[in-house]
Amino acid sequence: MEALERIRHDRLVPFDVPGHKRGKGNLELVRFLGEQCLSVDVNSMKMLDNLCHPVGVIKEAEELAAEAFGAAHAFFMVGGTTSAVQAMILASVKSGDEIILPRNVHQSVINALVLCGAAPVYINPQTDPRLGIALGMSMKDVKRTVNEHPNAKAIFVNNPTYYGICSDLKQITQIAHEKGMLVLVDEAHGTHFYFGKGMPISAMAAGADMAAVSMHKSGGSLTQSSLLLCGEKVNVHYTRQIINLTQTTSGSYLLLSSLDITRRNLALNGEEIFEKIKRFANYAREEINAIGDYYAYSAELINGDSIFGFDTTKLSVNTLRLGLAGIEVYDLLRDEYGIQIEFGDLGNILAYISVGDKNKNIERLISALYEIRRLYKKDDKDMLESNYVSPVVVTSPSTAFYAEKISLPLRECTGKVCAEFVMCYPPGIPVLAPGERITDEIISYIQYANEKGCVITGPESMDASKLNVLKGEQYG
Amino acid sequence: MDDLWYSEYHTPAVRFSIKVSSQLHHEKSEYQTISVFDSVEFGRFLSLDGVIMLTQKDEFIYHEMITHPAFAVNPQIRNVLVIGAGDGGVLRELARYSYPQQIEVVEIDRRVVEISKQYLPQTACGFDDPRVRLYFEDGLKFVRRRENAYDLIIVDSTDPFGPGEVLFTREFYGSCIRALTEKGILINQHESPFYKNDAKEMQHAHRCIAQVFPVSRVYQAHIPTYPSGHWLFGFASKGLEPIKDLQSDCWNNMKVATRYYNTDLHQGAFYLPNYVKELLSNG
Repeated sequence: MEALERIRHDRLVPFDVPGHKRGKGNLELVRFLGEQCLSVDVNSMKMLDNLCHPVGVIKEAEELAAEAFGAAHAFFMVGGTTSAVQAMILASVKSGDEIILPRNVHQSVINALVLCGAAPVYINPQTDPRLGIALGMSMKDVKRTVNEHPNAKAIFVNNPTYYGICSDLKQITQIAHEKGMLVLVDEAHGTHFYFGKGMPISAMAAGADMAAVSMHKSGGSLTQSSLLLCGEKVNVHYTRQIINLTQTTSGSYLLLSSLDITRRNLALNGEEIFEKIKRFANYAREEINAIGDYYAYSAELINGDSIFGFDTTKLSVNTLRLGLAGIEVYDLLRDEYGIQIEFGDLGNILAYISVGDKNKNIERLISALYEIRRLYKKDDKDMLESNYVSPVVVTSPSTAFYAEKISLPLRECTGKVCAEFVMCYPPGIPVLAPGERITDEIISYIQYANEKGCVITGPESMDASKLNVLKGEQYG
Repeated sequence: MDDLWYSEYHTPAVRFSIKVSSQLHHEKSEYQTISVFDSVEFGRFLSLDGVIMLTQKDEFIYHEMITHPAFAVNPQIRNVLVIGAGDGGVLRELARYSYPQQIEVVEIDRRVVEISKQYLPQTACGFDDPRVRLYFEDGLKFVRRRENAYDLIIVDSTDPFGPGEVLFTREFYGSCIRALTEKGILINQHESPFYKNDAKEMQHAHRCIAQVFPVSRVYQAHIPTYPSGHWLFGFASKGLEPIKDLQSDCWNNMKVATRYYNTDLHQGAFYLPNYVKELLSNG
């Protein structure tokens, strides 16, 4: 950040890219984004270092970030946490290697497996029948899977899930390390674990090897900026080579400086900020639970195993007893009350509470939920409860993705093997991944989600009316 | 005497100025900036976040018009909820009626009440009514917990840009209709139709109320120190109509002393200029 301010102050004459030359060549963009913003949208140069090969200010900033997060090394990422997740996986497993992971991972994880050809060994997460959401991994399942696949190279953990649920990361790490496996952690929703008080344990504190941290989510940096944290044993130089395989050579200084500024803010004020967020979320939960029919869940779910910890900054609310799908409540909040929340799935909504929130907005959200119950409550007997359907894996994502395939109408896909992803977005967790058997249960799930207004993403056919399936007799 | 002027921007290109003789108070409360001035023409006045809330000279128009029309339609109002009204002006008008048994007041900013009591006795005398119960809370939060509790809710809020924003939302009006009795009436200050940005807020508020209440009407008054001087109020109910159900004789028999309001004006106030009608129907 200081280096950028120096550049601005020195009025260096630009004969390099970007071509807008501090905005002077694109006045409409200046009007829209502001002069300040465009004056620091610059190219890498000696004083500003180079993200692909950091030796100066970026290196310093990365070291400061590593220190703030208790990591041995930190990489600034400009391709979203997706790029951090993919770098973690590509740096840890190669074609043919096994990697153990829960099935309720973000699509970026399975995308990485398509790229590198590693074989997933899924641990089906426990599910909560009342909430219809996937939980964490139970230790029994982890131990069994590790014993059955002793040659797996790594184990992948969500910490926390989108809904705020944490597995026993410390014990998983211990078991994995005993077997010589790496521990990779998706902490897209866990930036605050490193700064808040009384939070579930963070990946670096638990001794994990790598973690992908979405600074732009609970941290407050610009969208698409993210961190990849590494533990002591990771080969940093090899990891950088992996990152550089796919990362842009023109890393945006807007994103990089937002990471640096946010790191400083969190290090200085993080504890206070996240205390305030917890207070907001706890207050909102109390009020929402007092309405009736809604269930805003929290740490009372903790069972010492598949829900080892709960992130109380998350405001997740189950809506099933209202007779409304989460996505329906999500749509009503936006269309009727002008309130945009993070997501709605089939049975839950998630409102993201952050440092930017004010009391009065929390009051509006609570009151709107009151109103939705008063005006739209329905009989709850036809609600599809589960958001999670256990997959049947036939072949690896990579094999299926690149194989010969045909397109079939959704209804005729029963028994076939899917060659593409199918997701409800958000949360972006695949219903089907390439290489998985399509069952009647999955087809009715997709149809139901479509009916309730979920956006189905992934398939080539934009409305998911058709799916690509594998060609050939052996695939059904 | 120094040439001191208080200016309020009614739009970025229109300024309304009052010659000030002295500034009596200025502070930043938890919610807003609160100032009190003495002026040559309008007497003492209160401003919140740089917007004039009331002046000694013309506050009677606003406070009479936000209070009396509801009583002329339903003289048997027993339970009243007032949201905002930290200056006490609405309470002073309510004190003219003996029928109400309980008057609850919810003001978010304690400091507005304290400063009004100190500097604005002309309106703050309303707090002396023994039926008044004062709550310092968020209005939206207060009203969503009430059901079938009030015959009248008066929303005497600031503009929808500061702390008053939540009082112009559909969830707020929804909470109000639930808190009202069968014969309940909601009266709110409804912004001005004249300048573009005010008119937009006015349309938005009307749209939200009309989505919630079976009856939603708008009436007007002339208030010199408010932007454009042309000001609107909302009248919403579950069935009572402001003109058809007007009980002129009954109200006149109560002999309420007013300087602006009377039952003839009541009827006239609901007849709106064409451009306002258009704004409302296109909202």
